Amino acid sequence: MKWHVIFEPQNLELYGTGILTTLGLLFSSLAVGGVLALIFALLLTGPWAPLRWLVGAYTYVIRGTPLLIQVYLIYYGLGQLEWIQARWDDVWPWTHFKEPFFCALLAFSLNTAGYTAEMLAGAIRETSAGEIEAAQSFGMSRFQVMLRVVLPSAMRRTLPAYSNEVVMMLQSTSLASAVPSMLDVTAAASRIYSDHYLPFEAYLAAAAIYLVASFCLIGAFKLGERHWLAYLAPRKH
Amino acid sequence: MNAYYAGILQGSLLTVGVSLCALLVSIGLGLLGAAAKLSGRPVMVALATGYTTIIRGIPDLVVMLLVFYGGTIGINHLLEWSGSKATVDISPFLAGVLTIGFIYGAYMTETFRGAILSIPKGQTEAAWAFGMSRPQTFLRITMPQMVRYALPSFTNNWLVLIKATALVSLIGLKEMTYLAKQASAATRSPFEFFLFTAGLFLIYTTVSLYALRRLNARYSLGTKRGQL
Repeated sequence: MKWHVIFEPQNLELYGTGILTTLGLLFSSLAVGGVLALIFALLLTGPWAPLRWLVGAYTYVIRGTPLLIQVYLIYYGLGQLEWIQARWDDVWPWTHFKEPFFCALLAFSLNTAGYTAEMLAGAIRETSAGEIEAAQSFGMSRFQVMLRVVLPSAMRRTLPAYSNEVVMMLQSTSLASAVPSMLDVTAAASRIYSDHYLPFEAYLAAAAIYLVASFCLIGAFKLGERHWLAYLAPRKH
Repeated sequence: MNAYYAGILQGSLLTVGVSLCALLVSIGLGLLGAAAKLSGRPVMVALATGYTTIIRGIPDLVVMLLVFYGGTIGINHLLEWSGSKATVDISPFLAGVLTIGFIYGAYMTETFRGAILSIPKGQTEAAWAFGMSRPQTFLRITMPQMVRYALPSFTNNWLVLIKATALVSLIGLKEMTYLAKQASAATRSPFEFFLFTAGLFLIYTTVSLYALRRLNARYSLGTKRGQL
């Protein structure tokens, strides 16, 4: 074991860059995916059958195929389409399809949106009838009931499942290393491995970084649950 | 063009092979892990808890790279140290099966632990009262009943496991994702090939979902459900 190689300044810097890329990818895809998931969940529980069917098919396909293939489809596949080729030199937003970060971000966002939408839709459907009836009897419109009663409660109840999804997404960002020229934590470890031929040290260091990040995320969600789900916690006194 | 599609179809059999072998490994590890967690012996509980916590906190890909690259060097160092001149190469198939099995063993541990805990304690006590040994109790009483409790979460694990086999392409196993990537590089039409592979994965997950639902119905026969 030659751990001192890992702690050489240039290698630490490599891991540092990797952590920034990983966290950047994670939080931006969670943000974009979260907005999409909210829209999809509303459509899934909405009154329009064709849209329900369409979004249902989307989440089924996203959840039934590996993320790696989705990344490949967007990174390698879309570039093949002439329609995009004709635009990606000058027409915004298609110019972004040449950037690896954007392709990875798009794939991760679409993926997490599929999973999160189903969770949120489940929570919306499980909202207890009494809450909705009470809101209706106050004369709230469908929109108001959704905005003031159902969504705040459903989003809170999704929190425990969502924390799993966030940790899974953190781990999924390691697939970004499959896209050339993306330097996330896993890619940093791979580079150190190939430079120094030290697989154990390089990948164990990466594993430790992911482990610490997972525990921090889980801890943050525990705190969040204590705050937002306090009304559902068992009584202590 | 057609030859590439045929190749990917053939590679999909390898995907099924890796998934099923990894599933067997993970079921074995899961049962062991669940037994350790429920044994009440502090050392066993700590070991099993460490296993499930650490494995579930690290990306599958990193574990796989660690086993594939690190494992080869580690074994060869051991051989060298013991004075043997032989060198060993871990095949991508074995590395894939072992790592995926090892990772999903951690998830299966939780699945099986929950399922065993759901069985009323009176069942095992009754079996012991009949003079059954521990293995007999497990095979005759616990196992047939825990299938029903374990199946929903088992189904989830299996679906995630199938999809995880795509990662084995990154360490060079020539399963369908690998072949699709090769085909797209050769023909410059990645879109079709990746879409085709995605379709095959979708078929596998759909078929599994259907089969496991049937199995669930079979094992839930005679179960009373509350009426709302």
